Amino acid sequence: MEKTIFQYSSPGRTGVTLPVLDVPETAVPDEFGRKHPVGLPQVTEGQAMRHFVRLSTMNFNIEKGLYPLGSCTMKYNPRLHEYLARIERLAAVHPLSSDSSVQGTLQIMYELGEFFCEITGFDAVTLQPAAGAQGEFTGIMLIKKWQIERGQGHRNEVLMPDSSHGTNPATTTLAGLKVVSVKSDEHGRVDVEDLRSKVGENTCAFMLTNPNTLGIFESNIREITQIVHSAGGLNYMDGANMNALLGIARPGDMGFDACHLNLHKTFSTPHGGGGPGSGAVCCTETLGSFLPASTVGKTKDGYVLNNGGGRSIGRLMAFHGNVGVLYKAYAYIRTLGARGLREASEVALINANYMKARIKEYYEVPNDDGPCMHEFVASGAEMAKKGANTLDIAKRLLDYGFHAPTIYFPLIVKEALMIEPTETESLESIDTFIDAMIAIAGEINEKPHLVTDAPVNTPVLRLDEVKAVKDLCLVEPVEL
Amino acid sequence: MSTYIPNGKAQRKQMLDVIGVERFEDLLSPIPESVRFKGELDLPAPVSELELVKEFKEFAAVNSSADLICFRGAGAYDHFIPSAIDNILTRSEFFTAYTPYQAEVSQGTLQAIFEYQTMIARLTGCDAANACMYDGASATAEAALMAIRATKKKRVLVSGSLNPRTIDVMHTYIDNGDFEINEVPFGADGLIDLEAARQLAEGGVAALVLQYPNFFGSIEDIQAAANFVHEFKGLLVVTADPIALGVIEAPGKLGADIVVGEGQPMGIAMSYGGPYVGFMATSTKLLRKMPGRIVGRTEDRAGNTGYVLTLQTREQHIRRAKATSNICSNQALMALANVIYLTLAGEDGFVGVAAQCWHKSHYLFDKLLGIDGVTRVFNAPFCREFVVDLPVSAESAALAMEEKGYLAGLPIHGLGEGAMMLTVTEKRTREEIDGFADALSEFIKGVR
Repeated sequence: MEKTIFQYSSPGRTGVTLPVLDVPETAVPDEFGRKHPVGLPQVTEGQAMRHFVRLSTMNFNIEKGLYPLGSCTMKYNPRLHEYLARIERLAAVHPLSSDSSVQGTLQIMYELGEFFCEITGFDAVTLQPAAGAQGEFTGIMLIKKWQIERGQGHRNEVLMPDSSHGTNPATTTLAGLKVVSVKSDEHGRVDVEDLRSKVGENTCAFMLTNPNTLGIFESNIREITQIVHSAGGLNYMDGANMNALLGIARPGDMGFDACHLNLHKTFSTPHGGGGPGSGAVCCTETLGSFLPASTVGKTKDGYVLNNGGGRSIGRLMAFHGNVGVLYKAYAYIRTLGARGLREASEVALINANYMKARIKEYYEVPNDDGPCMHEFVASGAEMAKKGANTLDIAKRLLDYGFHAPTIYFPLIVKEALMIEPTETESLESIDTFIDAMIAIAGEINEKPHLVTDAPVNTPVLRLDEVKAVKDLCLVEPVEL
Repeated sequence: MSTYIPNGKAQRKQMLDVIGVERFEDLLSPIPESVRFKGELDLPAPVSELELVKEFKEFAAVNSSADLICFRGAGAYDHFIPSAIDNILTRSEFFTAYTPYQAEVSQGTLQAIFEYQTMIARLTGCDAANACMYDGASATAEAALMAIRATKKKRVLVSGSLNPRTIDVMHTYIDNGDFEINEVPFGADGLIDLEAARQLAEGGVAALVLQYPNFFGSIEDIQAAANFVHEFKGLLVVTADPIALGVIEAPGKLGADIVVGEGQPMGIAMSYGGPYVGFMATSTKLLRKMPGRIVGRTEDRAGNTGYVLTLQTREQHIRRAKATSNICSNQALMALANVIYLTLAGEDGFVGVAAQCWHKSHYLFDKLLGIDGVTRVFNAPFCREFVVDLPVSAESAALAMEEKGYLAGLPIHGLGEGAMMLTVTEKRTREEIDGFADALSEFIKGVR
């Protein structure tokens, strides 16, 4: 346990010094002045460093061990990228600089956009969205705008499978559209007949993650996208699981009209404890004319920033996207090249299938009718009957020195454990994780309290989430 | 052999054996032939670390904007960034962690966010804050949506004295069907015209959105705006510059219901526009309507203090179509930069930075008004940023200044050909300010 930074505070301490003011003072008019101190801590740099370093030691992270969070693609983040993104002449430029004075940055952005189009099989791209969810919003707004422009503005339904990420329906609501849920079939794929019965004259778009959230490739994808097109809708791919497909299959070739990429998943940019991510959106030429501002073009005089034409859906952020993150994705693609990217996906698939093959001897894997892609979903339902549920298994994994898989998602699998090893894990580390899963299965049979009492080897024991809501405390109270 | 993928040929063969297939291609059986990508992606050949560093240095070398002495703001500010911040941010424990879904192994991130929420609440004068949003503009749009949910009204008034980029983002987020944005003009003093707002507010509004100090740097009367919008049962949303809050009163203390803003000035590089971070704070009464992640304090099974993500039933992974927002990933590492910045600066340093910005911007303002033909555009008091009218085209002046080594203020076309909005941060020295004013003066003389 670490005290809060406020508890280290003592009047007069500070962690920075400022130059002596070298201009005359101008008084702040009384009626506008701040009446009370802000209440910021007063500590030295050394005290601050010690506090934040102590906090850091309480975090699990990718450099500490395997982080099999399904759909989050927790792969290693090369150190080189951090260095490159922090080169001062890249990091210190104002977003409203003239185009001619930021040609280096614009070239990187332009080329990165071209790479993304090639990887996804699309024609146009925006790098502005800050994260996957904002990418989804962009994609759905592009499609909505297209429908409006062709006189089909009444189309207000976005279809999506019942296994979809929570952001998909939330995005649909934000776009002012209505969610229509499509069933999954007995193998966890889109129920094509159900889809057929639900498309119609109100269909605006279909949203699908492929491979889907069960880690299964939608084998009927051509038929699915065809059904939606025939009904007058367009297809949007949630690209959260693109790490399965680099150089193997492209959304543009499957009949999708747009997709986003999660650069903080597929392209190895670090997730920062919750962000920044980056959610570039690629689309067809038709949808390209609606892209938000801040696309980058190439002319004979150099690279230019376009501020979006009259048909643009508008701006998503004040400026041009999470540019610092873009540098890292660019570095990743340049380091791996076409073969390296394909190899990354191949090994991601091998690692996931290997893990599935070994884990399914101990845990139920529903919907297992062939190879999975980069992840798979096991179920803790059988274990729960024995007294330790998926949450317990997840907490026990922390004791074994691993992060837990994504749990209780997708909603269509009971007691779901969604496991994604990624390509940067070695066979040895994967085996150690599997050994832990096997050991936990044994514990549930013999000493279930070890699992239900977990975690015990962590900085704190299991935390009371109910109390957190009941006795709500979101800020450090001001000392009286 | 890859430096990146540890499983080579031998391991892959061994694993395929366990899987029970002969070749990797057998794993692709669920992907129909018709959608498989044939051949190789058309991407540049891979390069080594050595080569890539060299290339990046070449990209960096042509970014001549990095050499300019910056007097431009308009949403991104050239403040000093203590070196300790990056030291913490580049600790893998922070930057390579995912969202803190497993609280017991994420106490570092969670406690840091709790401290961040505390500092943002104190800075804005509100009761609580969330764990952050994408940027100031999207946070403003989300705040307006929050007001719509809280009041069940469909119309939002936004002052024309907001950054036009923020207004653009609000349109993208808000007018998608049921909801509407009405822009309130600003008066001759550059401040919102509350009389005009009164006419537009007939029938009730969800919110009035104000910027503080506003886009032009002028300080709006928050109290008056709060009284006005509360009369119409709406909420006051204020998008505030955090640095300015070191010298001017916190909007939460003046009646604002939701306070948002751009966190970039607090320890984050300008980086051509991102990654930045939006903050959001509100009252106890409204906090359950907030979008985004929120961290709360609790106890573990032994009664030890700990932190968790809380009030999650507001969020997309639980509420799906009925969530308060679609936001999932946010800008957590940038919020961490903010909390380290606020910690290092501390009470005295933070107020000191704000005061230097105040004094130095007024110093430049006075210098510029001393140039023949330069006039002030608005009379209201300003903080850190202001607009002047040059007797020449502001575009051509900015271009000429760039050649002299300065990133001049931003030309504001809507206010006339000569209008230029300038910013002075604590980083600027008297020598730089004098040099810039002299260069601009010389240019003006040359043109006239």
